[in-house]
Amino acid sequence: MSAVATPARQASSGISSKTLNRVVIYGLLALFALFYLMPLFVMLVTSFKTMDEIQNGNMLSLPHAPTFAPWIKAWSEVCSGLTCVGMKGYFWNSIKMVVPAVLISTLLGALNGYVLTKWRFRGHTLVFAMMLFACFIPFQSVLLPMATILGSLGRFGVTLQNATGFNFGLGNSTVNLVFVHVVYGLGFTTLFFRNYYEAFPTELIKAAQVDGASFFQIFRRIMLPNSLPIIVVTVIYQFTNIWNDFLFASAYAGSGDVMPMTVALNNVVNTSTGVVEYNVNMAAAMIAALPTLIVYIVAGRYFVRGLMAGAVKG
Amino acid sequence: MSSVATTQIKLTPERSRPSVRSRLQDALPKLVLAPSFAITIVFVYGFILWTIYLSFTNSKTFPSYVITGSRAYQRLWGWTFDTDPPSSWYTSITNMGIFGFLYIAICLALGLFLAILLDQKIRGEGVLRPIYLYPMALSFIVTGVAWKWFLDPGLGLEQTLHQWGWTSFHFDWIKNKDFVIYTVVIAGVWQASGFIMAMFLAGLRGIDGEIMKAAQIDGATTFQLYRRIVIPLLRPIFLSAFIVLAHLAIKSYDLVVALTSGGPGGSAWLPSNFMYEYTFKRNEMAVGSASAVIMLMTIVAIIVPYLYSELREKPR
Repeated sequence: MSAVATPARQASSGISSKTLNRVVIYGLLALFALFYLMPLFVMLVTSFKTMDEIQNGNMLSLPHAPTFAPWIKAWSEVCSGLTCVGMKGYFWNSIKMVVPAVLISTLLGALNGYVLTKWRFRGHTLVFAMMLFACFIPFQSVLLPMATILGSLGRFGVTLQNATGFNFGLGNSTVNLVFVHVVYGLGFTTLFFRNYYEAFPTELIKAAQVDGASFFQIFRRIMLPNSLPIIVVTVIYQFTNIWNDFLFASAYAGSGDVMPMTVALNNVVNTSTGVVEYNVNMAAAMIAALPTLIVYIVAGRYFVRGLMAGAVKG
Repeated sequence: MSSVATTQIKLTPERSRPSVRSRLQDALPKLVLAPSFAITIVFVYGFILWTIYLSFTNSKTFPSYVITGSRAYQRLWGWTFDTDPPSSWYTSITNMGIFGFLYIAICLALGLFLAILLDQKIRGEGVLRPIYLYPMALSFIVTGVAWKWFLDPGLGLEQTLHQWGWTSFHFDWIKNKDFVIYTVVIAGVWQASGFIMAMFLAGLRGIDGEIMKAAQIDGATTFQLYRRIVIPLLRPIFLSAFIVLAHLAIKSYDLVVALTSGGPGGSAWLPSNFMYEYTFKRNEMAVGSASAVIMLMTIVAIIVPYLYSELREKPR
């Protein structure tokens, strides 16, 4: 819009109009920065306010007497439904789900990308296309069969438990979610590594083969040491996606003490017993946001690169 | 290097004799890829077929495997025109239309606009860019808590402006069944537009500076420069951004849940929410599956031609 207005002023020339131009541009950029920052800002200031101040004060004002009480309550005693044990358990649920899921899917993605670029076979494009398409499907179209399978695996787990005294992780919600996230994350991780290894000089692989290096030796000694940037991109992308997932989490671990963070937070916010404690809700939301927020602040560049890799050019 | 390789292999003929070990070596890459591919075949394509199958049964609370024909689709089709009172399905697909159109259009326009502004040799770009982009890194379940509060007439924007003296200000879209979907648009645009900005910015930075200079020497105004030269050059980015936004729009689920819990009487539902509710809460598994199939087909219509053209170009 101002792009229309600015050149007209520039055409009428003069240094002052140029300055005005800059002022308009900076003003607009700052305005949009406020728009993007606003929700985070509201969450942050509210989480340090007392209920009194929230009810009588302005939502945008800074806390007069900052208090950590809402954070402490959110961490260790806030109610999700009828159980009031805080977010800490759910936080660890999410960690226990995210770490293995990210590691496994990244490793498999690296191996797949390696095979699909350096050990090509007939039909490798089709195989890749089929795995890539999995990135785009609405997960609603696989939600129900997966629920059925996980349900019967759970029953099988109970049988095993009775027979051998150990259920091998079958029926465990965390294990289920790790499995689900690995399966539906493979498309992305394979895409990242394939595109990265595509540019990796094949001559090096050939030379190593001549020297008698095996498939796995080449992968471990040559590919992996040169993959640090893409490993960072993949790990961050997968970490963010899996931590933030809500659909799978609510379908396969939607209640009880097995809930991951996102589901628990949604329950906390929608628990309507007594007065709604907005400060505690906001603190709980901040706790859920912190891991991804920290990753973004520390390594946002890589996160953006991952998003781009998924969007531009297969 | 490759000539050295051939001679070496010729000098040692015993290596080329196919032993079990070397045959295993040859098959190894495929063996490594096989589990991932098998998983994809079973858990993506197999499950999609399974869902399609279920949509032709009369499954209610539990899956039934007796095919009973296209009744689920007929019901959805009937509901499509069921406007008084609007059926949940009618509401869902109308919302999808409104949300999809506005979300994609505003994100593209705003993303391009911000990218052009940021491309004017801005001091502090390194600070602004991450600010525009961070919503994409947070779950909407998280930021929805803040949005919900902000849009609530009794607590958020309306109340704040009342306190500042603008007492006639009225903003209760989130409680209004006819307008609630527009609050979903606002929040959705807030989340994704920064990413679209980054895509356009990358595109702008990729444009050859010589072209711009030449046009400026020819006396093109900044506006003409962007309209006639830069924006046409960004066409591939428009396509990629459209694909990203379209599939994000169809997959949007937690946006509606976190912001509105479905809205008054389910008035903010998108097809994804419809599917979840009918499958897991209303015990209409066949209808839920049919709606999932319709969502999938919409995505297929957009994505498959795109992937085909993208992967086609590669082997030059």
